[in-house]
Amino acid sequence: MGMTIAEKILAAHAGVHVVRPGELYFAGLDLVMGTDVTTALSAEVFAQMGAQRVFDPDKIALVNDHFVPAKDIAAATLAQTMRRFAERYHIRHYYELGSSGICHTLVPDEGLVAPGDLVVGADSHTCTYGALGAFAAGIGSTDMAAAWALGESWFRVPETIRIIFRGRLPEWVGGKDLILRVVGDLGEDGARYKALEFGGHTIEDLPMAGRFTVCNMAIEAGAKTGIIAADDVTREYLRGRARRHGEYHRPDPDARYARTLEFDVSDLEPLVACPYSPANVKPVSQVEALPVDQVVLGSCTNGRVEDFRIAATILKSRGVHPKLRLIAIPGSQAVFRQLLDEGIVAVLAEAGATISPPTCGPCIGGHMGVLGPGERGLFTTNRNFKGRNGHPTSEVYLSGPAVAAATAVTGKITDPRTLMG
Amino acid sequence: MTGAVLKGKAITYGDDVNTDVIIPARYCTSFRAEELAQHCMEDLDPDFLQKRRPGDIIVAGNNFGCGSSRENAPLAIQGAGIACVIARSFGRIFYRNSINIGLPILESPEAAQAIAEGHEIEVDLGAGRIRNLTTGASFTAQPFPEGIRAIMAAGGMVGFVRARLGVDAPTQPGRGSKRSQG
Repeated sequence: MGMTIAEKILAAHAGVHVVRPGELYFAGLDLVMGTDVTTALSAEVFAQMGAQRVFDPDKIALVNDHFVPAKDIAAATLAQTMRRFAERYHIRHYYELGSSGICHTLVPDEGLVAPGDLVVGADSHTCTYGALGAFAAGIGSTDMAAAWALGESWFRVPETIRIIFRGRLPEWVGGKDLILRVVGDLGEDGARYKALEFGGHTIEDLPMAGRFTVCNMAIEAGAKTGIIAADDVTREYLRGRARRHGEYHRPDPDARYARTLEFDVSDLEPLVACPYSPANVKPVSQVEALPVDQVVLGSCTNGRVEDFRIAATILKSRGVHPKLRLIAIPGSQAVFRQLLDEGIVAVLAEAGATISPPTCGPCIGGHMGVLGPGERGLFTTNRNFKGRNGHPTSEVYLSGPAVAAATAVTGKITDPRTLMG
Repeated sequence: MTGAVLKGKAITYGDDVNTDVIIPARYCTSFRAEELAQHCMEDLDPDFLQKRRPGDIIVAGNNFGCGSSRENAPLAIQGAGIACVIARSFGRIFYRNSINIGLPILESPEAAQAIAEGHEIEVDLGAGRIRNLTTGASFTAQPFPEGIRAIMAAGGMVGFVRARLGVDAPTQPGRGSKRSQG
């Protein structure tokens, strides 16, 4: 009996020929990623573990992104702890403001993940790297400290759910709509303890930016990881970035899946997730005309150059509605520079957007765009739980960049197909 | 956590209680359990802090602790004096985090279904037995896989890694006193 991609990667890293769902293995890690909000606790736990050194200073990434630029003294102290840990243990991939970015935009762009890698990160959206054909899973701070000390982590081999997309995506519909469709279908726990393996012609035709968006939100259905088989699109993206070649796994024809879901997306409408769950998904047409106070363009889900190109196309010579605040957050310093080069920053600024430095701020209700009592937001982020983005009476709708930009123009939730004709 | 018998009142919640409502990110500039506890559940259940008593047991539905990887969530619950969380199922990162920091958790769909707010609950962690002292019903929790039991037997991941690294042999006096839960 064959194996899924997740099973092949776990087998390779556990040093066995075959793994089966339910088995538990300690497996060697290719990368361990932490951020300013999770690393300080790990540093303390690492000391409690009595560890003298990290397993490999070249296989650890530490990224300033969540509460940066430091929102208060406590946040500054967390960042300081991470900075000191990086210095003390000679962490090679430490990213400081000015060269940093939102971890799940930055880390792949920096070429730190190769196809076939086994990656853990102390951030739940670490599953994003599955877009490169890697097995990447979120963990907590104590797990990260253990991973630094041991160079391995324990994994219960997950069953895999196969998701097949067919059909050509309509205009103004993208990766975000694909994953919202899946999360809406599976529910918040439909893939709990499981891996999602995305495939089909739609995925094969999807550029890397869209693939990252799809895998990013696998966790919103409870999944341990979301994986797309690495192919020529992956190879092209990694050219000039990757530090290693990696292993391009494909699922065996007789791999066993917990279930297979197929979606024909040729008629897919732009989708939104309504409060207070990323699984509360509706076509945009069902919530059109709801007034919105603030739109956020960005996050590890939709903060890439491609996302801002879509938004700029809609915002150019239209402008932001006077009663709405648009906050645009390039996903990394490199994305920001690319947006400058392409004139997109100018388009956004002329339209009336506030341009923020790369940060997770508003996505976690941390800073740089927190919602007040009763306010309504439409964000291109990944979660809209009660109280996550601000006051517990505020509410957030989640969408892709096209709906977000169209909404910023009209001041109410808007189908980009209507606005753009 | 093996071997202990816990007794406390049930505080019940429904499905998909996410880590953002267990402890909002706006408070996650701290990772001290006692500080986090002051805001535990405040967006979901503003009465939680008032009604909970040390030793109480949270009983919840599906997917408890879904969402963010923040270890601050089980720490907040631990800091609030909750002795144990029983759920129909757990979000996987919360599940790992709880085991790692030594917050007892038990998966039992039957218990999660049958226990109501205020019921007096007794939990035998070693045997995985849950007794509802109010109704007399008893339940058996899903057993933990062997690899996870090894982490639990070490009191959590810190003890497990110390054993793997061999840092406790020979005994270094005073070392253990630093191992308060951060």
